Formats: sequence, structure tokens, C-alpha cells
Amino acid sequence: MKNLIAMTCSIAALAAVTAAYSAEGKKDPAKEKQIKRGEHLVKAGLCGDCHTPKKMGPNGPEEDMSRMLSGHPASPELPPAPKLPPGPWMVMSDGGLTAWSGPWGVSFTRNLTPDEETGLGDWTEQNFLDTIRTGKKLGKGRALLPPMPVPGINNYTDDELKAIFAYLRTIPAIKNAVPEPIPPAPKPAAHAPAKP
Amino acid sequence: MAKRGRTSSVVAACALVWSTAHATAVQHQPPQKLSDTGLYRDAAAGTIAAGVRPYSPQYPLWSDGAEKLRWVSLPKGRTIDAKDGDAWRFPVGTRFWKEFSFGGRRVETRYIEKTGEKISEKIGEKIGKEAWIFATYVWDEEQREATLAPVATGLPNHVEIAPGVRHDIPSVSDCKACHEGAGRDSVLGFGALQLSSDRDPLAPHAEPLPAGALDLDALLKENLLKSAPPSWRAAPPIVAADNPRARAALGYLHGNCSHCHNDRDPVASVGLSFRAGFAMDARSGQPTLRTAVGVRSKFQMRGVSPDHCLRLAPGDVEHSAVLVRMGLRDGLSQMPPLGSKLVDTAAVELISDWVREGLPGAEVSKGPTHNP
Repeated sequence: MKNLIAMTCSIAALAAVTAAYSAEGKKDPAKEKQIKRGEHLVKAGLCGDCHTPKKMGPNGPEEDMSRMLSGHPASPELPPAPKLPPGPWMVMSDGGLTAWSGPWGVSFTRNLTPDEETGLGDWTEQNFLDTIRTGKKLGKGRALLPPMPVPGINNYTDDELKAIFAYLRTIPAIKNAVPEPIPPAPKPAAHAPAKP
Repeated sequence: MAKRGRTSSVVAACALVWSTAHATAVQHQPPQKLSDTGLYRDAAAGTIAAGVRPYSPQYPLWSDGAEKLRWVSLPKGRTIDAKDGDAWRFPVGTRFWKEFSFGGRRVETRYIEKTGEKISEKIGEKIGKEAWIFATYVWDEEQREATLAPVATGLPNHVEIAPGVRHDIPSVSDCKACHEGAGRDSVLGFGALQLSSDRDPLAPHAEPLPAGALDLDALLKENLLKSAPPSWRAAPPIVAADNPRARAALGYLHGNCSHCHNDRDPVASVGLSFRAGFAMDARSGQPTLRTAVGVRSKFQMRGVSPDHCLRLAPGDVEHSAVLVRMGLRDGLSQMPPLGSKLVDTAAVELISDWVREGLPGAEVSKGPTHNP
């Protein structure tokens, strides 16, 4: 496992170094600085708390860095969230903090790695900014769900969000198809009444 | 002298800032009442003003069964640049209205207007850029007047349109989610294909053309289009397709999905385009066929291997993510993600039939060729 983590860290470091070079192969100090800034913001902003799966360590659950920021694991599938009795308790999470249940239904944290098929690999910087600024997926889709702290993250400047995105492009791509969110009370969709 | 000059510059800068803010405020504030937008000659009687023309796209956007009326007003003597058949450029001063009724009662009228560069009277400089303003007016109980809805929030759950289902009046942010795109005007449903005089008889929910409507033919005859291809007169654009069902299906997806899923706007990064081509090879050229049919979907259907989740799976309705999502109204995975709370049953049937029978890889139902 240690070897795997060491290898993952090496790949991440290599990716970060590669991304900090210009198309001509020259070192790009500005890009390097931006990526470092993004890394700082991601770590200080605790993105991994919810977006990195956990493993059990000597002191309880800890982030599994071999799956850094890859979102809720596609498998094994979780059983349905238990129903809470009426009262003040409203929100639950799984032990990994990657699946959350509340009045909005069940949400699963997204894969933020640059994997093309299951992560943000096909996103552009503009897609990322549009998503955070509007609180809607790609700026046009469904609303981002709790516990994603959109109002807080929206305090970042455009440059800070661009730095976060630049850093996310440098972390290892991990293939992990996160399940879609589950609505609170599954019921048949309403259909339009037939017209005479 | 130098000091005076500097002081003058500071004053001028302050004036510019003040004027810009002031002009922007004026420029981007729609009237409080619908009757002040220029739609009516006589608002109380509901008489439409001179120069305001009705129109009707052949593939209308599904709006939960709302009856809709649409009007456009072009500034006098100005024309639409039709060089790009998919994205016309409108002159400053262009205004559009769309009225929504449910059960015969008017509920809301949406309004967009293209505003332009303004010259500050104070400093004589250009301030402000071309922009579109968006507004929604909510009709009163007496159906006499409509008042501007809250810009930031709209009016969620405003009126019941089916048992237990209530219609939302959109916020401006909701309007922009669909209307705004990269480097194009914020108009939907008013282009060469949508206004073609060769209308699709199988288009779901198509309405008859209102009297005096502006369609492509009328726009050409009245010289309201510039840079329009001469071929549009003899051969009005239609969706290039193998058969009538495919034409209607591709047209529906164009009218209902391509404002987000196209190859020009930021969402183009996901590589899915429903923009219907009308001057290309019917089978291989259509963006929908290239980017959706047999292409793996990022949408994860529960209990289905990701390898078997396709955007449109030939012959397989249940593994076609587009259809699965069209059939949802859960507020999470549904398509479209906003603006609809009722499944468009007619469209789901049309697309299902097309997927079962008409896609490449499935048994093709041969019909007359509509490739122009």
C-alpha cells in the first residue's frame, strides 16, 4: 500500500511538473505558481473531506490518497439510507463522508480527477467557473446538492477558482463512475394530461 | 496647469463611472408593467401594437403543455443578419415576447430586448455594450395587466397546472441558463430551420401559423434578412433525415435540447450536440447521430454497467440515457433540468419509436428522403 501511495504521489508530482511547462517545453513559473496556489486552496478548503474516499487507519477513517478526490466509490453499492424518525436529526453520511442523505435525497460527491470518462477530464476552466458561480452543473444543469458549500466557495475570486481548476488538472486521473443522486421520495414522474 | 489637468481627469473618470453605472441601470431595467414594453397598442383590449409580429417555431419548446403566443418587434429599417443560419444576429432594439397560458388563462409573459451601446450625454463617450435584458411579467387575477416578477427568484410554484404540480415563474438566472451562449444572440426558436415555411407535419406540439406571422418566407419577402442564402426561397430548410420520423425526432431534439447541447457554447466540452443540420448528409452528418448514437453516456443508470449506458442505444430504449432522462421529473436527473415538471409524453413516444426503429444499427423504417 505504501508503494502504491508513493507511486501515486510521484505521478501527481510528475503531472504537476509537466503541467507547469509551456507548450514549447519551457518552465512556466506563472503556471507553476498558479498550480501551487490551487493546491493550497484545495487543501485549506478541505475538498478532500468529502471528495476523497476514506480508509480505516489507526485513529479511525482517514483519506485514502490512492483515490484522492475521486469522489464516492462506484462500488460497492450502498444500501438505502436509513430513515430518520421525526425530530431534529436531519442529515446523515456514510463513513467515508462521500454519500449524504437529507431532505434533498441522497447525494454522492463527484469525481474531481481529470479522468475523461468519469471525472472532470472533459471540462474546461469555463465549465468549472460556470458551475461554481451559478451553483448549477456546467452553469446550465441541475443544482449542485448539499453538502457542497456553493455559497462559501463562491467567495473565491475568478483567479482562485482558476488556480483550483489548474491544480485539479494535475492530480492523477482515477476512473470512478460516481452514482447519480437519488431523489428524496421516488415517485412516478407526472405526465402531461392528454389533450382532447 | 498640470494639477488642473489631473483634477479634470479625476473628475472625468468619476463622471464616467457615475454615467456608466447610471446608464447601465437605465439600460438594464425593464419596465415594471408589461403594458409599458411596447407589446400592446391597447393593453386593456389586448390589441397588439403596429410593427409587432407573431411567429411560431415549427419545433416549439415543451413547456408542460402551456399554450404559447409569441411576438417579435424589429427596429424600423433594420434587418437581421442571417449569415449564420443557426445563429442570427439581431439589431439593437429587437424585442421578443412569449405569453404562457394554462387552461385558457394567461399566467406569464416573458420578454427579452437587445440593448446597445449608449452614448453618455455627459461625457460624449460610448458606455455599455450590446446586451440582452430578460424579464418575466405575471398576469393578475383579472387578466388585465402583468407585473414584473422578482428578478432574482422568480415565483416558484406559482400556479397549479396539473394535480399536485405547480408552474414556476423563472428568475432571470433561469432565463439566462438556456438563452445565453458564447458569442451568439440570446434568441431561441427564431432561425432559418425553426421558421422554415416547409413545416414538419410530425413535429410534436406544433401550432398553426398565426395570421400575419413572420416565417422565413415572409422575412425574405419583406427584406428583413441580410446575407440570407438565395436557396432558402426555392428550398426552405428542413431537417436532413432518412425518413419523416427521424426528421421529427431530430427536429424535436434541436428545438428542445440544442440551446445547451450544441458545439459552440461552453457545454460543448461534453461532446454532445443536438443541433439539427439542414444542409448536410442525412445519416452521417447530423450532430445527433455523430455525438449521441452509440456513444457512452456519463449518466450512470442505477443497476446498469457504465459500459452499457449509452446516450442513444440503437434499438434499446431502456439503455438510452437521453430517453431515460426525458422520462424523469425528479429535479435531479431529469432532462431538461429546468423549465418543466411534466414529462412530454408525445416526445418520449416519438423518440422511443425512432430509437427502436430508426437509428443506425436498428432496423430502419424507410420513408421518403428529406435531405434537401
